[in-house]
Amino acid sequence: MSLLERESAGVVMTPDNIRTKHMPLLVNLGIALAALAVAAAVVFGASIGNWVLVVALGVVFYLVGLQIVAGRIEGRRAARDRMWKTLIYAACVLAILPLASVVWTLVSKGASRLDGDFFGSSMNNIGARDPDGGAYHAIIGTLEQVGIATLIAVPLGVLGAIYLVEYGRGKFATTVRFFVDVMTGIPSIVAGLFILSFWVLIVSPWFNNGTPRFSGFAASLALTVLMLPTIVRSTEEMLRLVPGPLREGAYALGVPQWKTILKVVLPTALPGIVTGVMLAVARAAGETAPVLLVAGGAASINFDPFAGGQQSLSLFVYQQAGDASRYAPARAWTAALTLVAIVLVLTIAAKLLARRTSLSK
Amino acid sequence: MGEHPSRSENASAGGRGVTRRHSPAAGTGVSPGSYDEPPFGGGGALPKKARFSMESGFRGLSVAAGAMVLVIIVAIAVFLISKALPAINADTENFLTFKQWFPNETSPKFGIAALAFGTVLTSVIALIVAVPIALGIALFLSHYAPKRLATPLGFIIDLLAAVPSVVFGLWGRDVLMEPVRNFSAWLNEYFNWIPLFGGDGPFGRSILLGSLVLAIMVLPIVTSLSREVFQQTPGMNEEAALALGATKWEMIRTAVLPYGKPGVVAAVMLGLGRALGETIALALTLGVVFTISFNIIENGGNSIAANIANSFGEANATGRGALIASGLVLFAITLVVNMAARAIIYRRREFRDSAA
Repeated sequence: MSLLERESAGVVMTPDNIRTKHMPLLVNLGIALAALAVAAAVVFGASIGNWVLVVALGVVFYLVGLQIVAGRIEGRRAARDRMWKTLIYAACVLAILPLASVVWTLVSKGASRLDGDFFGSSMNNIGARDPDGGAYHAIIGTLEQVGIATLIAVPLGVLGAIYLVEYGRGKFATTVRFFVDVMTGIPSIVAGLFILSFWVLIVSPWFNNGTPRFSGFAASLALTVLMLPTIVRSTEEMLRLVPGPLREGAYALGVPQWKTILKVVLPTALPGIVTGVMLAVARAAGETAPVLLVAGGAASINFDPFAGGQQSLSLFVYQQAGDASRYAPARAWTAALTLVAIVLVLTIAAKLLARRTSLSK
Repeated sequence: MGEHPSRSENASAGGRGVTRRHSPAAGTGVSPGSYDEPPFGGGGALPKKARFSMESGFRGLSVAAGAMVLVIIVAIAVFLISKALPAINADTENFLTFKQWFPNETSPKFGIAALAFGTVLTSVIALIVAVPIALGIALFLSHYAPKRLATPLGFIIDLLAAVPSVVFGLWGRDVLMEPVRNFSAWLNEYFNWIPLFGGDGPFGRSILLGSLVLAIMVLPIVTSLSREVFQQTPGMNEEAALALGATKWEMIRTAVLPYGKPGVVAAVMLGLGRALGETIALALTLGVVFTISFNIIENGGNSIAANIANSFGEANATGRGALIASGLVLFAITLVVNMAARAIIYRRREFRDSAA
């Protein structure tokens, strides 16, 4: 059958069906099984490892076997194509494994302390031999710190994005945009050190009779530094998606630019902006390093973010992870599960919201 | 929406939002009742130029917010330097070449050499592990997977990026350490003639463990960025390659990879920036030893950020200054890496929007 006849029969022409010789699936499976068998024989015969090595060697043997057999049947180029396809699929499996392991460990180890006591009590007066104790104070701390950080970062970030999109022209705007991008890459620990040296060591002594004061508010400031560039970037992208004719329509009706931005551009882009803010909040809630440096990390409940040390959920995980008590790991894992639940709920809600908006790509 | 949205498309895209929120306001604006107030610009008369108008006030606010970013970056440098200099002056050893870290003694001795080495080594190993896998997944998502599989899988990879680093650190210490210890012992048994895998134990809390945890954390960044770049390959280029008889892999190698190369380089550098600054995961998995050694499987390893988290608790004033000085070095390194990555992205504008 010539190629022309095939086309007239309505067969879509793809590289896969133009080629006449095709290696059957059964041969493929056979190579895989043979490779595994050979690998098992080599590994257990020489007793140089366990089943992990068998799988690893099996993949290598499978690739070699595929190269030889497919090379015979389909030609060298098709064999190479198959080899890369296998490698790419293998990369995917390899990446899913740790994620599955993290989720499984979180659920299995974290479930042991999922009780009312954990969410209702603090670590105050909990010694190394006490099995109870909870993360109530840490949850309060996380909510307050992230809340304050959001209150500072959102107006700043949205205004900054408005500048970049609506007003910014020339070199200065380009510089600002470039450094917003650079700022997203600032390590969280550096943000913590910045607030430590700026707020805790230099500014806070003014209000506290000359001694530096660690506080939840300092943690909020550090989180603000981390959230700001994320919010500016996501808001900027959303504002750019607002169609120009909308603005022109408002201008044509004589609406001044600031009112156009507030009443037309922002409402149109609002769902996208909310998405970006939620992603930034999720990221900030999981930050440990800056909180570790500036919040103080108290064991008791402290509602006041401006005075006295405050705990946060991520810091609680870190501290319990380093605690020698044999009950600490259970607390750490349950707190980690709580933290991941909060972060994932925020992230998933944000992504679903993004999917529903008409503006997003 | 495409690259160049047509007018009619825009009209329908934004239309609902306008009619709902805006047209009532516009209607009342023209109604005779509102003519008591001077209308904004309309009616053939230009508005009077006020000395202080909402317009200039709002504009000033937004400019100030934009400038805030620059102020913060400069402030970070200034305040870190101001706190680091006294400590560096008090240092009785060379800050750049000394390996140990004893800043809390009466004659402080500390240096960044071992820490900086550990930071770079863990990050580089993490990238060596993560980048090939990340590129594989990116290609899978953009060119191999059916759409029904690619969307949820991409979603899962994005979720991986949202998991807090302390969770990865805890997982690395409690779960991954055992397999890594066994693997290290195996490597040591059969490959101890390679300096990387030498030594005689104990194994486990090693650079290898830290790097593997880092690799898992860097993976989603490199993946999502490269995937977006690969997806932007012009369909024409791909079809041209296929029409010339290329297999799928040859198409990827000749059309997709060359097109995506700058984007991939930028993605890798952003991943490097993240790996260099990672703190808690490394503080939980590395074995805190202040040496310069290429042995990656023996207990040991340290990094600037992990050292800050580990030694902050017992630091005195000089100790804090020393940690801030090391943070300054980290800030400088990541700033250079990030600026280079962004410069690459900016050179190819079309990638800018995908660089989150």
